[in-house]
This record gives sequence, C-alpha cells and structure tokens, in this order.
Amino acid sequence: MLEIKNLVCRYGKVTALDGISLKVPAKQLVVLVGANGAGKSTTLRAISGLVPAASGQIIFDGEDITGMAAGKILAKGIAHCPEGRRVFGEMSVLENLEIGAYLRHDAKAIQSDVDRIFHLFPRLAERRAQVAGTLSGGEQQMLAIGRAMMSRPKLIMFDEPSLGLAPNIVEQTFHIIQEIRDSGTTVMMVEQNAFAALDMCSYAYLLEAGSMVLEGEGQDLISNPHVREAYLGAGVHA
Amino acid sequence: MKLIASLLILAFFATVPLWLQDQYYLHTLVVTGIFMLAAMSLNLLLGFTGQLSLGHVAFFGIGAYVSALTSLGFSVTIFGMPIVHEPWPPFVGLIFGALAAGLCGYLIGKLAFRVRGAYFVIVTISFAEVVRLVSLNWVELTNGPLALPGIPPMTLGFEWSGYLTLWGKAQNYYFVLAVIVLTYVLIRRLVYSPYGRAMIALRENETLAVSVGISVTKYLVLAAVFSGALAGLAGGLYAHYIQIIDPMIFMFLNTVTMVIMVITGGKGTLAGPVVGGLIFGIAPVVLRSYVGPEVQWILYGVLMILIVFVLPEGIVPAIERWFNRGGASRSPTGRGASSGGSSGDGSALALSGSGKGNS
Repeated sequence: MLEIKNLVCRYGKVTALDGISLKVPAKQLVVLVGANGAGKSTTLRAISGLVPAASGQIIFDGEDITGMAAGKILAKGIAHCPEGRRVFGEMSVLENLEIGAYLRHDAKAIQSDVDRIFHLFPRLAERRAQVAGTLSGGEQQMLAIGRAMMSRPKLIMFDEPSLGLAPNIVEQTFHIIQEIRDSGTTVMMVEQNAFAALDMCSYAYLLEAGSMVLEGEGQDLISNPHVREAYLGAGVHA
Repeated sequence: MKLIASLLILAFFATVPLWLQDQYYLHTLVVTGIFMLAAMSLNLLLGFTGQLSLGHVAFFGIGAYVSALTSLGFSVTIFGMPIVHEPWPPFVGLIFGALAAGLCGYLIGKLAFRVRGAYFVIVTISFAEVVRLVSLNWVELTNGPLALPGIPPMTLGFEWSGYLTLWGKAQNYYFVLAVIVLTYVLIRRLVYSPYGRAMIALRENETLAVSVGISVTKYLVLAAVFSGALAGLAGGLYAHYIQIIDPMIFMFLNTVTMVIMVITGGKGTLAGPVVGGLIFGIAPVVLRSYVGPEVQWILYGVLMILIVFVLPEGIVPAIERWFNRGGASRSPTGRGASSGGSSGDGSALALSGSGKGNS
C-alpha cells in the first residue's frame, strides 16, 4: 500500500534520513522503532508532506506522492497523528472531531462518522460539549485518534501514541490501535515503547541515525540480540 | 439573551448624540470608534491567528492616504510619465483605501508568513517605517510633512437619492457606529465560518492544524488581507473625518494604542477590541483634566501591566467566565485554559474580574 524507496531528508545541512526504504502492506500494522533522533518522526512527516524529500520516492496506492502538498496527501487517505499536544485544547470535543473532517464536504456522512466515533468512545460522547483541554490524558488520546479517523484514512500514522500516558491508558491505546487495524485500516506507528510495539505489530523496522539497520517480523526483532540489548533492556522477557 | 444584551448596548450608543451635547466629547467618541475599528482589524491577526503585527498603523495610514488622494486628486510624474488623477467622491476613496491596504496585507502576508513569529513582527515594523518615509519624502504626492489638507468630508448617497455630506459630529458618529456594527457582524461571521475555525486551529496548534489538512499560508494570508483592508477602512474614515493627514499618522504610538486595546480587551474575542477601544479611547479625555500627557502614557503603561497581571486573557474573557462560572463549555472563539489543572486558576481570574466590576 505504501512504499518508500531510498528516501533522503535533510534539515539544512543535517541529514535526518539517509536513504531509507520500507513497505507497509495493506491492512497490516507496521512499526518503526529506534532511539531519539533516529529519524522516526521525520519519516512520518515526510510521508505526510510536512518535510520535503531531498531525494527518493514515496508511493501510496501505486501513485507517487513525493512532494505533494500536505492537504493533498491527507485527501489521498493518509492521516497523521502527530506527537506532543494531541488535541485543540480550546475547542470542544465535537469541534475537534469536526475539524478532523476539514477536507470533507459530505455533511451527512461526517455526522454519521461523528456518531460512530461517539459510539466507539462513549466517554467522548458524554463530554461532547466540553473543552478538549480539560479532558484527561487518556480521553485526549481517544479524541486524537477519533479526529484522525474523521478524514476516513486508508492509512493512519501514529507518532508516539503512548507518550506521557499512564500505563493502563497506554495499554488501552494500543488495544484501540489494534482494533483499527482489525477493522481494515492500515496502521503505521512510531513508538519508543519498543517491546509493546514489536509485540503487537506484523512487521517492524529499526532506524538508527537515519538509516534502516534491521527489519523483520515483530517477534524476530524481539529475539534479536542487538535489539534486546539496545532497546528492550536486559531485564525484559520476551 | 446575549443578542438582547448586544442590542441594548447598541441602542444605548445610538442615543448618545441625542443627549451628549458637548461636541468635544462626541468628537472623542468618533475618533475612539475609528481606532476601535483598527483594533478590531488587528485582533483578526493577533487574536485569531496569533501573529503580532507591530506595523498595523501602516495599513491604517495607507487607507487614509489612498482615500484622501483619491478624493482630492493629484498629479505626479513617475519616470517622466505625468499621472493626473481627477477628484473622485470620498466614498469611492474609502473603498480604494481599503482595497489598497488589503493588497498590502496580501503582499506582507505572502512575504512574512514564510517566516512567522518574531520575523513577522520585524517585517511589519519595517513595512510601517518604509511607508512612513515614503509619505514623508514623496512630497509631490503626499505633500510630505506639510500635510495633506482640505480632505473632503464623507459623502453618502447616489445620483437618484441625493447626497448627504457628513459635516457634523453627530452624522460622523452615526456613520462610524454603522461601520463598526457592520464590521463586527462581518468578523463574527468569519470567525464562526469554517475559515475562522481553521484560523483558530492554526493559532492553537499548527502541527495539528496541518495534520487535518489546513493550509497554513492560505489562512494566514487571508487573515492579513482582511485585517489590512479593515485597518485601511478605518484609516479612510479617519482622513475624511479629521480632513487633514500628515506622516505623523504613521506614529508607532498609534500601533501601540491598537495593540493595547486588543490585549486589554481580550485578544481572540469578538467584543475584546470594542471594550479595550472604549477604555483607551475615552481614558485620555478623562485623565486630561487631572494629569499631563506624559504622565498619561505612564498611567497607560501601569494600567496595561496591571491588566496583564490580573487578567492575562483580557477583560472580556474574564467577564465571560464570571457569567458562566458553572458551565465547562465555552465558545470556540474564547481563549481558555488548555489543561484541566488550570481551571482553579480560571475561577481566581473570574473573582478578580467581578471585583473590578464592582469597584
């Protein structure tokens, strides 16, 4: 579904991605792991058109989307859940969802999608008029996921979905992400919580200093000695 | 409820010339209204997109000069080409002034929004300075420091309806009031439209806004055009009301006045610049009888610092919060606490707001 060939990205003179290649097959959950500054977020930002590619190709659904404007890429069906602050804090829950459908103009379908998300996350339905900034961290995460789904993406990309969340909320978030995958949407995820991410994914890539150093099925990476030592810590039992 | 309150306030202001006989006070109110309009335009940029224009007076001045020159006529020579313009009606000048300022907003927006934040501030300051120098030195067109006198007062009407020339203070008062109401309604519609929603989203979190497909440059430039045109409109009103303009119109102090009006009233709220405009438009007149102008500016500074400390979001959001203390939901336009932890902070603000109202 998504294929990246020899992608190079630079911030000024600094090379963030040094010719990486990867594939995300349809209806799969693919994970990108690596240390801080390895280029994981840059990869996602390049795919969604926020960072220009210096060279290389990004192909989505058989179409070359390299260099396309961010809005166009979103309209093609790639949604991006950026890391950091996840929701528009001063807007209500409902407004947050509605703005997720910003590029769509089918009011009826948008309404039914809102209802679907409220059905999926009853907590959000209870708080639909509440200002999003006053939600708990977990509720904000649900809202962010809901908002990303409002664009009806074929591929949804999560950047550090577990960051700053309580352990039980992290578990819940991962559960939802798996459900999204099971419902037929392709998922690509960048995650620092390497063990959990590798455990739930179908295929994984390991980035180090802007280069792809390892790839394979999640379980294979978990049992890889290099991964175990550098990313999973000595005390982790696979 | 809110509509009724707004209509009552409007009705009050509509009656002012009926009982306020003092022409000087009425004059103050007209000028206050014009600056209020400029503050409303600044609020579009500063409040709704979060970009601080410290050269906003440039749009105001360009509107004033273009409107004045359109209605006065001029003859200049550019690169040996004589250009002669016959006087046109003031109302056409007003529209041309707004268009010219809007065009400048477009150019500045295109230029500056590639580099936002501090760079935008610097670009706008420089722009205002350049325009001021042009007005000072292009004597053939602007009369330079000798000022542009004899600008005709605003004339309304059509050939079939007869014309009304606004000579009196009260007439000008009603005209400015009408423009303010119209502008307020226009801005309100913009803010509640998908365009406004997109601007607010950009102000709040650019990364997220882009992730839902909002084009940053498009909306920031749109806001700059709108804001510039409105400031130009205010400038045109000013020129035809005062009937004389000179390069002093580009004083940095005028920009500062607009910024103060917006920030104290509450940036990012519809009523903020109106309230701030009233306070800082009328304060000089009230203070004049007690202290000299130098001390006045110090007092504004102190007042500004006080307001920023006590009501960091401005007067209007504080009052709003005081009114809906119980409810957690708020309008999309308000700037509010963005995390649950600071809600206690919010009620403290509301208390100080009510204290202010009683004193």
